Amino acid sequence: MAEVDLIIIGAGPAGMSTAAVAARGGLQVLMLDEQPQPGGQIYRNVAQNRAKRGFLGQAYAAGVDLVDALDHPGITHVAGATVWRLDKGPQVTWSRGGKSQTTSAAHVLLATGAQERPAPFPGWTLPGVMPAGAAQILMKTAGMLPKDAVLAGSGPLLYLIAAQMIDAGSPPQTLVETQTFTQMLGATPHLPRALFGLPTLLKGLGLIAKIRKAAVPRYTAASGFHATATESGKIQFSFRAKGRAQSLTCGLLLTHQGVIPGTHITRAAGIAHEWNAAQGAFQPQHDLWGETDQPGLHVAGDGAGIGGAEAAAAAGELAALNILCQSGRISSDTRNQRAAHARAALFRARAIRPFLDAAYPPPAEILAPTDETIVCRCEEVSAGAVRQAIGEGAQGHRQIKTSLRCGMGPCQGRMCDATLRGLLSEGRANRPISPPRARSPIKPIALGELAALSFPQEEPA
Amino acid sequence: MQQRTPEITIIGGGLVGLSVALGLLLAGQRVRVLDGADNDARASQGNFGLIWGQGKGWDFAPYANWTMDALAAWPAFAQQLQELSGIDVALDQSGGYEFFTDPSEFDAFEAELTQQATHLGHRARYEMLNGDDLRCQMPGIGPDVVGASFSPCDGHVNPLRFLRALRCSVQAMGGRVTMGATVATIRPQPGGGFALALADGDVVNTEQVVLCAGLGSASLAGDLGFITQVKPQLGELLITEKLGDRLPFLSSTIRQVDEGGVQIGGTKADAGLDDRESLRVMAKLAQHAVTVFPALADVRVVRAWGALRVMSPDGYPVYAKSTAHPGAFLVTCHSGVTLAPLHASVLADWILNTSPIPDLEAFDECRFALSHAA
Amino acid sequence: MNVASRFRTLPETGESVQFTLDGVPATAPAGVTVAAALVAHTGAWTRQTAQGAPRTAYCMMGVCFDCLVEVDGTPNTQACMTLLGDGMTVRRQTGLRNLNGGHDG
Ligand SMILES: Cc1cc2nc3c(=O)[nH]c(=O)nc-3n(C[C@H](O)[C@H](O)[C@H](O)COP(=O)(O)OP(=O)(O)OC[C@H]3O[C@@H](n4cnc5c(N)ncnc54)[C@H](O)[C@@H]3O)c2cc1C
Ligand code: FES
Repeated sequence: MAEVDLIIIGAGPAGMSTAAVAARGGLQVLMLDEQPQPGGQIYRNVAQNRAKRGFLGQAYAAGVDLVDALDHPGITHVAGATVWRLDKGPQVTWSRGGKSQTTSAAHVLLATGAQERPAPFPGWTLPGVMPAGAAQILMKTAGMLPKDAVLAGSGPLLYLIAAQMIDAGSPPQTLVETQTFTQMLGATPHLPRALFGLPTLLKGLGLIAKIRKAAVPRYTAASGFHATATESGKIQFSFRAKGRAQSLTCGLLLTHQGVIPGTHITRAAGIAHEWNAAQGAFQPQHDLWGETDQPGLHVAGDGAGIGGAEAAAAAGELAALNILCQSGRISSDTRNQRAAHARAALFRARAIRPFLDAAYPPPAEILAPTDETIVCRCEEVSAGAVRQAIGEGAQGHRQIKTSLRCGMGPCQGRMCDATLRGLLSEGRANRPISPPRARSPIKPIALGELAALSFPQEEPA
Repeated sequence: MQQRTPEITIIGGGLVGLSVALGLLLAGQRVRVLDGADNDARASQGNFGLIWGQGKGWDFAPYANWTMDALAAWPAFAQQLQELSGIDVALDQSGGYEFFTDPSEFDAFEAELTQQATHLGHRARYEMLNGDDLRCQMPGIGPDVVGASFSPCDGHVNPLRFLRALRCSVQAMGGRVTMGATVATIRPQPGGGFALALADGDVVNTEQVVLCAGLGSASLAGDLGFITQVKPQLGELLITEKLGDRLPFLSSTIRQVDEGGVQIGGTKADAGLDDRESLRVMAKLAQHAVTVFPALADVRVVRAWGALRVMSPDGYPVYAKSTAHPGAFLVTCHSGVTLAPLHASVLADWILNTSPIPDLEAFDECRFALSHAA
Repeated sequence: MNVASRFRTLPETGESVQFTLDGVPATAPAGVTVAAALVAHTGAWTRQTAQGAPRTAYCMMGVCFDCLVEVDGTPNTQACMTLLGDGMTVRRQTGLRNLNGGHDG
């Protein structure tokens, strides 16, 4: 017997909107998230920041409604809860405060979101080099503003963070963008469709205007990133732009190359994954309602494919309606009717994606970096070593991993899988490469905690 | 597409196939290794790295002695791999324990070791320690351990570096290793020789073939007239974060990899081809680890996995020459790490018929003939 | 090496908590993670890898495991996933952790 109707893993926009709709529909919802506050990556600490940190902007502040909607008798939100395994049933095993337990549910929604695409280049492991999204988390959760920072990379989030830094009175020293004019031009065929997402498009243009107005120096079509540390601990950042070598000294180098779904949990759950060529990432296969090939397992939000916060919230609503229908709370007609609004929202929110994906692709040198670059941060494996293992015959993730320990550290490949794939497909773009196998525990768990797990009911024979 | 004909083709590039390939290369043969897909069942990429003799062959003397020969051959073999590949396989043969928490299991194992000693004669070396003596020797051992056996002959290597060292050694000796070359069927040719049809449509012609495809041998053995049916046996394992200091012991279920991580394993289950790790077994392995050595309790597990052992019907190695199709050989075993030095040396003599030693009759598949017919 | 923080912390009102970093007393706003407090405190490394390379918190969201430090005697604690508590003892790590807490060097 299921202990709750629905377990939601992840309290970002997808998870929160699912929770609200499901609970209003009469389901008992258990919401688990490893962060101390609900909100997910985008709305981190939004409820705590109601009256302060206005520089984070309107779109951020809007998240407070989703958090407030969690205040419902049908929703139990457990913060600091790390899910580390999923079993058939479905059953969810999670850890909190050094203790693990297993909870069963009729349905489980995985709404665990995205991670920043690893952006390796020589020097990316130095203190002083950090993903731009990480700096943004510090702005949201700790009121910490980057000092003397260069923002480097590409994608809409780079502009947003630049604008937030400008509004907070700590503008970036320089903006170094990798996308080229050709990429922008190549993206224009997607513009008509993007017009359906006009507000998002305008917002983006507004951000760029703000950066212009603040007179932040900008380089475009930059390549050949290389960072070293100076005597005093500053970062010496060199690159090429428009054929000329450039070098900047800064306190902080913030890089960004877009986000990819965090698929560790969905892969470990046994869900089938597919390669999304436009986004250059694996994502769990799912239908229009977020249902996967594993009974009782649903996905929504960026973890199911990158779409942004508004798309995530809409997808969460659709998943909730479908789960309500499968739980016998609403008919399929009602589900379909009520879905119309969310479907339209999802369409609008996703309309701009093809344009963004085409305009801001990760550069080849990030996908398959130079030999000297560390690829696996945990095991300290270089791209050169990976190329050597490929030269010895390795054809897939597993052979590289077992040859080099690449991806065997505590992050279990989260920081190197994407790069391994890039290296594996060098010069043979069309060869299919299956996603690497993910296993439990999804996050490290102490032997003592694992040993203390209790199994109340015997499994049916 | 027709390809150039090497003398001997090995099907399977796991520990067994590569060891046999190395032996043949060292004997001066031209060798080609065909290895399957990245996501095949690969015991060679999921094993425990033990070089282990305790209890092996207690009820089958040839296996007890064969294993003991292998243990003795390891130091020179590791040296040879280092020279050929430049890779240190981290051989450590300073002895290993088998821990017990159940007195009757402890007694039963002692009986097996006594039996094994009758086969090994003066080569038998083991001692039994009761719990208190053990804790005197090694203060960190938990109070629920009732006893342990110890053999100074046992040891381990880094299994992943070992696999890579074998592959690089084979390549250094001029062997060709082709990965992503799954053999779909084998057609013995009328005038002798074999046509190996690959899954991608290519055909490889060869005069002699050695089938070492682990669980992949199950579907190919029949093509060559062999009757051995290998079966998967699931073993589950845990690996922890790395530790800077060393565990004071090596055991058949808890071992520290030279890089620092602690590996915990030793389970056996029949789960078909399902190699997923299960929650209950993970918890059981963790319980075992903290029972044996309570200080491990705060060490974190970073990954659990399942791997499929390659088991012959009686669990012992099979070294068979096809009578129906001369030039075809079958080599399969469970303890491919332990036995590797022999697979890379004397097995070549047996394949090439160049020397009367060793007598491998006992490992022929004719021992399954009766049950096969039944 | 002592490197100034790469961040400026907004002068917001609110409670603060005391902790020690390698034995030296320090203060941080209440409600922040150990990683945020560390990065606010120093621009230098907070962990050295097995090969001796300097690292500090990187992703701030529990993905990269570069923020591992010793918190209240527990080594390899993910600082970005741990809320800073009053009186916490935080130590930077050099090399691999040891069996009974602590670490090399
Ligand atoms: C959990 C576990 C723990 C173990 N611990 C130890 C230990 O401590 N000590 C020890 O001595 N041994 C141990 N072993 C056993 C050891 O790993 C195996 O004996 C050894 O790896 C077997 O090697 P193999 O080459 O036969 O099989 P595998 O390693 O499975 O290799 C078979 C190879 O054949 C290829 N292949 C399959 N089909 C085809 C085809 N049709 N065409 C081409 N290629 C094909 C595959 O791709 C694969 O590379 C353990 C095994 C397991 C599962
Ligand atoms: S900073 Fe990446 S896991 Fe903590």
